[in-house]
Amino acid sequence: MVFLFYLLSTIAIFGAIMVVVSKSPINSVIYLIICFLAFAGHYILLNAQFLAVVHIIVYTGAIMVLFLFVIMLLNLNKQNEPHKKIYVKLIAVISGGLLFLVLIASAKGAEKLTPAITFDGSIGLVGNLGKVLFNEFLLPFEVSSILFLSAMIGVVMLGKKDIKKF
Amino acid sequence: MGKISSAIQLIPLEHYIWLSLALFSIGMAGVLFRRNTIIILMCIELMLNSVNLLLAAFSAYRSDSAGQVFVFFIMVVAAAEVAIGLSILVMMKKNVNSVDIDLLNKLKD
Repeated sequence: MVFLFYLLSTIAIFGAIMVVVSKSPINSVIYLIICFLAFAGHYILLNAQFLAVVHIIVYTGAIMVLFLFVIMLLNLNKQNEPHKKIYVKLIAVISGGLLFLVLIASAKGAEKLTPAITFDGSIGLVGNLGKVLFNEFLLPFEVSSILFLSAMIGVVMLGKKDIKKF
Repeated sequence: MGKISSAIQLIPLEHYIWLSLALFSIGMAGVLFRRNTIIILMCIELMLNSVNLLLAAFSAYRSDSAGQVFVFFIMVVAAAEVAIGLSILVMMKKNVNSVDIDLLNKLKD
């Protein structure tokens, strides 16, 4: 079980690094899908079965396919993309590492947290999640539908006509 | 089921925190690292997902399902963001015939 956690973590971090450094966008999408499948494995390990299924359906099934579709539609799979200068890349890596250090330092003290004493293995099942979603979180649920509606209107407006030059 | 739920007791919480923070930092470094807009969008997805993983880990540790409901709302926001972002990308490709983020610097000055 612990071995599975470290295996999935290694796959996720490897996929994430390859997303950033791989040359062609198609390869980046494939590595991001691998990374997301590792995430789904983590969710299953955490007893969040419904979350794992939704994650695979939404991310791997919808969002990444949308990315692939746009890449193929716009024929973006060329490898002669201009790269940033080397010192900008170096600064990017250094600032990422510094952010990691700061976040690690701010998360110190988390080892004092202990798992809940009354462990409930059924919180990730669909029945329990549905009860919580439609009782405590009903208003945010309805508001998210408005968010989707406005996103849809925005996409239709953006894709309608070529708005004059930037 | 009994075997799987023991994983939460076996793996310390800070390992999940470190994993999520590492993935978040990789995503942020990727946003600064690349010029291709589609890869920048992917890195933003990666950052949102690392936060999702951390929320799910806390929810499992405290046996509280509110964290998993929050993950759904983050997924909603991510889906809307991807739809808008990709349509902006299509419009950018149509207008300036490139997906280089450095060409869109008119707001800078």
